[in-house]
Amino acid sequence: MHVMARDLIYLRTATVFTYFLRRVILMLPVAFGVSVICFMLVQIAPGDPLTAIMPVDATADEQAAMRAIYGLDKPLPVQYAIWIGNLFQGDMGKSIATGRPVADEVFGAVQNSLLLAFSAAVIAFPIGIFLGFLAGYFRDTLLDRAVTAISIAGVSVPNYWLGIVLVIIFSVNLGWLPSMGAGPGGSQDWAWDWLHMRHLVLPAVTLAVVPIGIVARTVRALAGDLLTQDFVTALYAKGMSRGDVLRHVARNAAATALSVMGLQLGYLLGGSILIETVFNWPGSGFLLSNAIFQRDLPLLQGTILVLALFFVAMNLIVDVAQAAIDPRIKRS
Amino acid sequence: MKHFKKGVATLLVAASLCAQGAWAQGTLRVGMTAADIPLTTGQTDQGGEGMRFMGYTVYDSLIEWDLTSADKPSALIPGLATAWSVDDADKTKWTFTLREGVTYHDGSPFTAADVVWNFDKLLDETSEQYDSRQAAQGKSRIPAVASYTAIDDYTLEIITKTPDATLPYQLAWILISSPAQFEAVGKDWEAFAASPSGTGPWKLETFVPRERAELVPNTAYWDETRIPKLDKMVLIPLPEPNARAAALLSGQVDWIEAPAPDTIPAMTGNGFVISSNAYPHNWTWHLSRTEGSPWNDIRVRQAANLAVDREGMSALLGGLMIPAKGFLPPSSQWFGTPTFDVRYDPEAAKALLAEAGYSLENPLKVKALISPSGSGQMLPLPMNEYLQQNLAQVGIDVEFVVVEWNQMINLWRAGAEDPSVEGAMSINFTYFIQDPFTGLIRHLSCDLIAPNGTNWGHYCDPEMQGLFDQIKNTFDAEEQDAVMRATHEKYVNDALFLMVTHDVAPRALAPNVKGFVQAQNWYQNFSSITME
Repeated sequence: MHVMARDLIYLRTATVFTYFLRRVILMLPVAFGVSVICFMLVQIAPGDPLTAIMPVDATADEQAAMRAIYGLDKPLPVQYAIWIGNLFQGDMGKSIATGRPVADEVFGAVQNSLLLAFSAAVIAFPIGIFLGFLAGYFRDTLLDRAVTAISIAGVSVPNYWLGIVLVIIFSVNLGWLPSMGAGPGGSQDWAWDWLHMRHLVLPAVTLAVVPIGIVARTVRALAGDLLTQDFVTALYAKGMSRGDVLRHVARNAAATALSVMGLQLGYLLGGSILIETVFNWPGSGFLLSNAIFQRDLPLLQGTILVLALFFVAMNLIVDVAQAAIDPRIKRS
Repeated sequence: MKHFKKGVATLLVAASLCAQGAWAQGTLRVGMTAADIPLTTGQTDQGGEGMRFMGYTVYDSLIEWDLTSADKPSALIPGLATAWSVDDADKTKWTFTLREGVTYHDGSPFTAADVVWNFDKLLDETSEQYDSRQAAQGKSRIPAVASYTAIDDYTLEIITKTPDATLPYQLAWILISSPAQFEAVGKDWEAFAASPSGTGPWKLETFVPRERAELVPNTAYWDETRIPKLDKMVLIPLPEPNARAAALLSGQVDWIEAPAPDTIPAMTGNGFVISSNAYPHNWTWHLSRTEGSPWNDIRVRQAANLAVDREGMSALLGGLMIPAKGFLPPSSQWFGTPTFDVRYDPEAAKALLAEAGYSLENPLKVKALISPSGSGQMLPLPMNEYLQQNLAQVGIDVEFVVVEWNQMINLWRAGAEDPSVEGAMSINFTYFIQDPFTGLIRHLSCDLIAPNGTNWGHYCDPEMQGLFDQIKNTFDAEEQDAVMRATHEKYVNDALFLMVTHDVAPRALAPNVKGFVQAQNWYQNFSSITME
């Protein structure tokens, strides 16, 4: 009996590992596809990276010379091959507009977005789960309708608009919280004290509004469905206490809720161009919008690639976590 | 005696604190419209704003703009060069006498060899200090320069490709970085960017890309009247207008560039001060002069100029514009006395159009390129829609081709004949018109017809070309100003553009910011500012 249990644990670990390995291998073509698409997208967009770095009245000859210096005169496949070749050597190139290494720019910005994303997630997920569960448990009551209204509002209200409103109330009128930036001296000397964290409050709350709505709606639906299923009635019939029954319900809801939250975290990690712009937060969304306006190809390609890979990795983590929690997923 | 000594010591400490107090005048935090800290290595990016905050602050040029007066247009004054002259016999040979006793922020002395080194930085791709980013910004600013030599430590000779009296204006663009600092940081411009060194009135102390730059006074600056009174000036990129306004209103910054017109009542209502002044900025429509363009008819061009209700547009912008009376702002030293009066007279416009064969029933139909936003564009969509309405009322039906600003710059460089402009017969562009080249020559010179330059409309006229040649060959500054005026008169009399408005560079200041004098220039002097 003892040996069998050990074998089962071994088998289960091995299956999760194989599953993980298969997913990692599947990630490679996805990553390649992402790199090709982001390279091509950037090339298709009208505009020219040289406009950001040369005066408008630079002559055609001067532009041609500069194009050659930056390698923009080479055929697209060659440019792609150079880019991907350098990427494999860990070199993401240099920003055309600033000359700074793309890796430094992207990872610095991603760190700031991570800070914002996790703060928003810490606010959004517990609130979303709590509200959703309340609504599901007390289905078709006033409480349910109130939670549904909150979650629909969360999903529907344009969050950049909400950001502006929060700034007007809490920064301009009340003067309680700063309206912009990632700390009194910028993001490079971030510390976990109130002086810095107060900069995080408004953008994190604004960013949390959409996931609160989505998570609440998902959990409400899950809890509502599960609570009416036969196994719940059976558990009550067996004399199980309400708390223990709810634990079973939570376990059954976990896999789906986790996947929704994982995707939401992925979106949050991508950084919100609008929120980061409204709050002047130096994250990846802010960086991306600058890179787009300046047609800074290496920076744009690097940022999109890193964000896309983050998203793919997030999906992978969620899938593996789901498989670990719910054996049915592995079998499928 | 002991008490006396103590008393003297206390007095001395108090006096020294007072003396410090004379310099210690607080920190000014500025919200810029740029999305990044302008290039810190010398030749800046981010257009006029880059030069304003990171160019003429940390660096000097040989010849500079006088930024001391709000009442008159700025003129050129000596900078790192104290005097300059052109050879009587050979008008391509210029001699510059350089300022002695100037040191860079790193302590090394400034000499003529450094100027040569800085020209190589921009023009000589084989030099170790060649920097493609600075070259991209700087090379096209000095098209006249053929060669340069240091005659001795304080004498520089520049040879131009052809006689060109606009050379001093060109040199006002070129900022001098420290060769010793470049050497000290391992001959690496990226390292130099983090700890730059120039000779300017401000030193860069802290630099966080995309977030902030902190400048402190250079107390050893060669012009004592321009040693900054502040302790510190902090530059913060705040590209989003609402974020900029909120940062000012919530006290996170003390100064913002270009407040949106609709936020201004909230600011003035809360005691903030709006500073503005005329400066050489232009918001205009360039007209296609290619074959078959309706704008080839002077009656149509004049009619369009008479159709625009500029006062009405001013109301739209909360008064923050100067209605155009010509191509240059009316206060410009080069405005002259044009005979065509740029005014709102729709009846006269209709009469001119009728002569040209158009009417309300049979309107002229034209396509126009516009952009929803962009550098110096003010509020392009409502302004252009206003123009569209004005023009429709006299019999000109305008169809807009709307493109994003980066692409707009490409179309501006491509010119009116390029297929990418989709048959548009005009382009709404905005820019710097501060010197003879940017102000007049580049727009209409035959040799700068797009894509070779920014003569977008393909205009070429022998009389105008003659005036441009005269500007380049008139070496006496006053006489050159007279030719500039004659050129501008022709611009206006021939109604060569749809002349609409000039921006007034509004900036909003907290009530405790004192001592700022807004010069009629793209650049400003921040040395006189104090915080109360």
